[in-house]
Amino acid sequence: MKKMKMTLAEKIFKAHLRDEPFPGTKVLDIDVVMCHEITTPIAINDLVARGKDRVFNPDKIKVVIDHVTPAKDTKTALQGKILRDWARRQNIRDFFDIGRNGVCHAIFPEKGFIRPGYTVIMGDSHTCTHGAFGAFAAGVGTTDLEVGILKGVCAFGEPRTIRVNINGTVPEGVYAKDIILRIIKELTVKGATDCVIEFHGDVVKKMSMESRMTLCNMAIEAGGTSGVCMPDKVTVNYLWPFISTEYADKKAALVDFKKWWSDKGCSYVRVLDIDVTGLEPQVTYGYKPDEVKNVSEMAGTPVDQVYIGSCTNGRLEDLKIAAAYLKGRTIAASVRGVVSPATPKVFSDADRIGLIKIFMDAGFCVTNPTCGACLGMSNGVIAPGEVCASTTNRNFNGRMGKGGMVHLMSPAVAAVTALEGKISDPRKFSKGGAA
Amino acid sequence: MKNFGGKVLFLDRSDINTDEIIPAKYLTEISKEALKPHLLEDLKLEGFDPCSQQVKEARVIVTRANFGCGSSREHAPWVFEVNDINVVIASGFARIFRQNMYNCGMLALELSEGDISSLFEHKDGEASISIDYTNRRLTISSAKGSRTLDFRISEFDRALVEAGGWVEFADARY
Repeated sequence: MKKMKMTLAEKIFKAHLRDEPFPGTKVLDIDVVMCHEITTPIAINDLVARGKDRVFNPDKIKVVIDHVTPAKDTKTALQGKILRDWARRQNIRDFFDIGRNGVCHAIFPEKGFIRPGYTVIMGDSHTCTHGAFGAFAAGVGTTDLEVGILKGVCAFGEPRTIRVNINGTVPEGVYAKDIILRIIKELTVKGATDCVIEFHGDVVKKMSMESRMTLCNMAIEAGGTSGVCMPDKVTVNYLWPFISTEYADKKAALVDFKKWWSDKGCSYVRVLDIDVTGLEPQVTYGYKPDEVKNVSEMAGTPVDQVYIGSCTNGRLEDLKIAAAYLKGRTIAASVRGVVSPATPKVFSDADRIGLIKIFMDAGFCVTNPTCGACLGMSNGVIAPGEVCASTTNRNFNGRMGKGGMVHLMSPAVAAVTALEGKISDPRKFSKGGAA
Repeated sequence: MKNFGGKVLFLDRSDINTDEIIPAKYLTEISKEALKPHLLEDLKLEGFDPCSQQVKEARVIVTRANFGCGSSREHAPWVFEVNDINVVIASGFARIFRQNMYNCGMLALELSEGDISSLFEHKDGEASISIDYTNRRLTISSAKGSRTLDFRISEFDRALVEAGGWVEFADARY
């Protein structure tokens, strides 16, 4: 009998299928349920009100306070308290409180919680980030989260997959962020609705896990349920400190990971080929993440604030990219620079290799790890009429502050934009500036 | 089951995101009721006033493609729910928003672009929509007349609506 050819998502669905209550409705067992203080407290309160204050498995629940931290007012303090008290009461060991906390989609991978073939849910749309490890990772609402906490299951439709092949030579000054912005422009903000986006090609093979997370992070901006990369040597190396006792050697881990790879001849709803040779740095211009232009068309647009951080671009690699342009230089007097290293580890590693000093000498405010400014909650909210050049993921109306404008870009474009006070092209700057 | 139907609020734009439906600064609330005054506060739509009588009286939203894109916040369906809006009709929904609606026992009805355009013909006529849930039909009535359209709803979504939501369904089954 001929073996059915399956995509990575189809394989994960098959391995996790708990129930199919109706044709096409797949109820999956969930390996990791992640929680933060914005979308979880209402689920906790509802479980308490229903007399069902319990969790399906405390070891499979990972909890962090990240959106507003440290608390800015009574309401946010209360959100933190509800989460903290619940984590203690339910014996959830992996709870990251103030001082040990970071942006959820940066800190959970860093802790080794995500493995190829896993199913992951969180009450946060950028959960798709974790697909970089070859997992099926989806953002869900609070009710799905609540059922995930209580029963360890979540329902999805049949997984349909879009394949994106990224090939060519990555030009100087162009990074994963530019590539994903370009892909979203091609797919549009609804082009991947109800679909998983697989990222393939030579460019992805050579990418670090950090860059792959940047790619997968923005799958949701095209409507995608999850972004995924095939788990390979790069994945094994990243995860090795966490899996070294589970495998004889890295080769054995790789062989095991490869079982999740999409089969040759599997079925895709669409295949998109992207040649990055000749790609310019990309910048958004409107209020939707598919409104993307070449940096040369946007150059000269004045900005009031530059923000470097978030689950999209707040990792060490991103800070290194920005610091390379900022070193020995100072940002324009007209601009406020804010950088939020995404996790305590990112912060301390950045400090160890001198990046924090570069940012501070350039005139940046360095904040603690938090999501804050990205969604206009804290640590860098902009005023009506102001413009923010940002390495985040959404340029929606009012996103970083009511009446404000957001231009999405890579850490490289953000860094040189801070230097000039207006959107600028990193290809016109040398790295490592004047000493 | 919730009440479905009533006066219509037309939002003539595609890609309305959940930040526009309920801005993130209100996500620090831990009760659904507290969201009530902030419905559609940041909606970018020519001539739209979130404080208008039309918004206050609305029981059904009719809109275009990819409604509810962006953030996963269930605060978006909740802010509709606490304002007695239990039905959104669009030519397409973002996955998470759509699932959140049914998970709360609310209706996210997807119609063809043609059918949506025919509903928009009633835009200036004080329109109401009645929902015949059993027969999967909706009727729009306004100064421009009335029109009945069929809608589809999957077996799973139907089960969620009839159970009162996903927690009830899942708790009984798993």
